Order: sequence, then structure tokens, then C-alpha cells
Amino acid sequence: MELTEAIVRAACALGAGLCMGIGAIGPAIGEGNAVGKALEGMARQPESTSNLRTNMLVGCAVAETTGIYSLVIALLLLFVF
Amino acid sequence: MTINGPKIYFTIPIFGGIPITQTLVTSLVVTIILCVSGVLLGRNLTKRPGKRQVLAEKAVTVITGMVKEAMGDHNAYWTPFIATVFLSSLLGTLLGMTGVLRSSTADISTTMTWAVLVSFICWYEAIKNNGFLAWLKGFTEPIAVMTPMNIVSEIAQPVSLAFRHFGNIAGGGVITALIYWALSGASAGILRLIASSSVAVPLVLLAAGVGLLILSRPKADRKRKKLPLLVGVLCTALAGLRLMDWLWSLTGRACPEMNGLACGLLWFAALAVLLVGLVLLIAHKDKRGTILGIVLAAVGFVAICFVSEGPLNVPVLTLGLPAVLSLYFDVFSGVIQAFVFSLLTMIYISGNCPAPEEKQNP
Repeated sequence: MELTEAIVRAACALGAGLCMGIGAIGPAIGEGNAVGKALEGMARQPESTSNLRTNMLVGCAVAETTGIYSLVIALLLLFVF
Repeated sequence: MTINGPKIYFTIPIFGGIPITQTLVTSLVVTIILCVSGVLLGRNLTKRPGKRQVLAEKAVTVITGMVKEAMGDHNAYWTPFIATVFLSSLLGTLLGMTGVLRSSTADISTTMTWAVLVSFICWYEAIKNNGFLAWLKGFTEPIAVMTPMNIVSEIAQPVSLAFRHFGNIAGGGVITALIYWALSGASAGILRLIASSSVAVPLVLLAAGVGLLILSRPKADRKRKKLPLLVGVLCTALAGLRLMDWLWSLTGRACPEMNGLACGLLWFAALAVLLVGLVLLIAHKDKRGTILGIVLAAVGFVAICFVSEGPLNVPVLTLGLPAVLSLYFDVFSGVIQAFVFSLLTMIYISGNCPAPEEKQNP
């Protein structure tokens, strides 16, 4: 019984780590792309900086979504199960 | 270290029991704040606006402009709804920073309610504008095989909307709590290390501290020396910690039963007394100010020790860093998520509210 519980705990910890680690890859690439393109745009047209910055932040927050999903799953694994 | 969901205060014993949770209380507070400020800001409007009316007009203009930009001019009547969602989300998140209330958006129930509400509005608008059959037919577009995919995407829309907001706020709260816990552990460890070191160290510290304090006494013609004074106060305080811990172990009683709010208020009051005492000690040159400062600082320190269950549990390291983190996780993330939530709401709703000339069945 104790062994079963230990295995479940270990699996939860491993799963949470993998979930967060792998799940962070996509949003990182996506946000990097978004910020990079926005910086390019700002360098080309400095007068549109404020507009670009607002849209970039919103885009980043949307791109972060999948990362947040994996964060939720990781927290569930760590604290609920 | 445990991470809890919203606590249940009490249960109303009708319909099989309605639990009153922290989320409900925060939502109620948000509602009251929004209603009261709305009434106060919208009262006594005049042709020549005062400061209050200018503020109210500016806010309404900004939000109306935002809605018109995202949804089109014909959808400007959605402004009150969008503004309510935005302000509820923002205020619900920011109220979590007070330490008294829990963020209402850090609960999946709140965000899921809003998201499902948005979905229902979308379906209602789609049916109203196109008719029920045309709405059903919309699921089979572009080809009939896509029907399951379309249904899944209809369900995924509120889920993604809700989880995005909930995950950001709740995740930020969990990370802040973890760091707070780690820092208070670290500060207890450091203090215990100093206090539990050999007897000689506190004695040397005490001697050095008193010596420095005497050395830093203001001469008749010169100002008080700052550096020896500070180092002296620090040395004496560290040595006093050892003494305090010893005294505390003599009393052998635990912290009196208090709830978190009273404990926190007492803690801050004690900290304020301590700081006032230290400021008096450093700023005043005459003897009476110095004595008053020492007394106030000592009282504040003892009070802090008693509130934090003994002198070794004073969380010195948790004073600054969590505030910076909370500034990012609560303020920045809260504002951005409120904005994203209302922006996506506008986009979803306006997708089902086409301009009058684009309607298929006018």
C-alpha cells in the first residue's frame, strides 16, 4: 500500500515536471517570435511603437495560454492528487 | 506548506446547502464597490464638468472607443457589459493583493461563469440574427464531416477563455505563496543560526554594539555619526535576539489563538512602532528623543516577536521581495488578463453580431 502511494507520488512529481517543462516550449517559441517581430516593426517604424507594444502584450498573453494550461495541470498533479 | 482553494465561511441550509466561499465574498465586495463608485461618479452631471465628471467621462469614452474599435460602431451598445466584465475581473484580481480577501478570479467558478455567459450570449445572438435552423446548419460548414470538430470548438471556446484567466491568476498566487514560504523559512533559518551559535558570539556582538552606540553619541559641536550608530543598533539587536529567544523559551507558551487578519494587522502595527522608534533614534539629537526612540523600538521589536510566535520566527526576508513579485503577478498579469478576457469576449460576440447590412435575414 505504501509502495503504491509512493509510486503515485513519484509519478505525480515526474508528470508535473514533464508537463511544465515540455509545455513551456511552445509558448516560449511563440512569445519569442511575437516579441521579435514586434521589435522589427518598432525599429522600422518607431512612430507605431505604442500601438505595437499594446498588441504585442495582448498577443503574448494569448500565446501564453497553452503554457498556463500546463501550469494548471502541473499544479493539480502536485497539490491535488 | 499547503495550497488551498477558496475557504468556505459558512453554508446556507437551503437547496441542500449553498456554501459561502471566499470567492463569493470577494465578488460581492467587487459588486458593491462598482455599484457605489458608478452611482457616485454618475451623479449630478452638469454641462461644465468638475474633476469627478471629467474622470467619469474619460473612462466611458475610453471604454466605448475600445469596444467600437474591436466590435464595430453598430455594436457600441455592448459597452456596459464589456466594461462590467473588464472592471469586475480587474478589481477581483487586485483585491487579492490586500491580503484580506482572496482574488475572485483565482477560482475556476468565477471565470467559468463569465465564459459560459459569453457563450450563451454568442448562441443567442447567432440564433436571433440567423434563425435557429441556420444556426444549426452553421455547424456543418464548410463540409458535413466537420460537424464534430465544430461542436468541440464551441465547447473549447469557454473552457479556453476560463482556464486562461484562472490559470494566470491562480498560478501567480501559488508561485507567490511558495516564494513567501521559502523566504520565511530562510529567514527563520538565518536567525536561528545567529541565535544558536556559541554564547561567545552574542556576547561579543552585545559588547561591540554597546561600544559602537556609545561611540556614536553626538558631541557638542558635531553631528551624530551614522555608520557606527547603524552597525551598533544591528549588533545590539542580534545579541538581543539571543536574549529574547532565551526569555521566550522560559515563558514556554505558544502564540495566542488569533486569525490571520488580526495577526497581520498586529504585525504591521508592531513594525510601524519599531520603525518610528528607529527613525526617532536616528533623527533626534536631544536626549529625550533618543530615549523615546529606544523605548518605542524595543516595544515594537518585542511586539513583533510575540505576534510571530517567538523571536526566531520574525520573517525579515519576506518584507521586500514578495511585493515585487506580486507587482508582476497580480498587477501586470491581472490587468493584461482582464484586457485579454474582455477583448476575446468582444471578438466572440461581434462575430455573431454582424453589421446590419451584412445580415442574411434582415
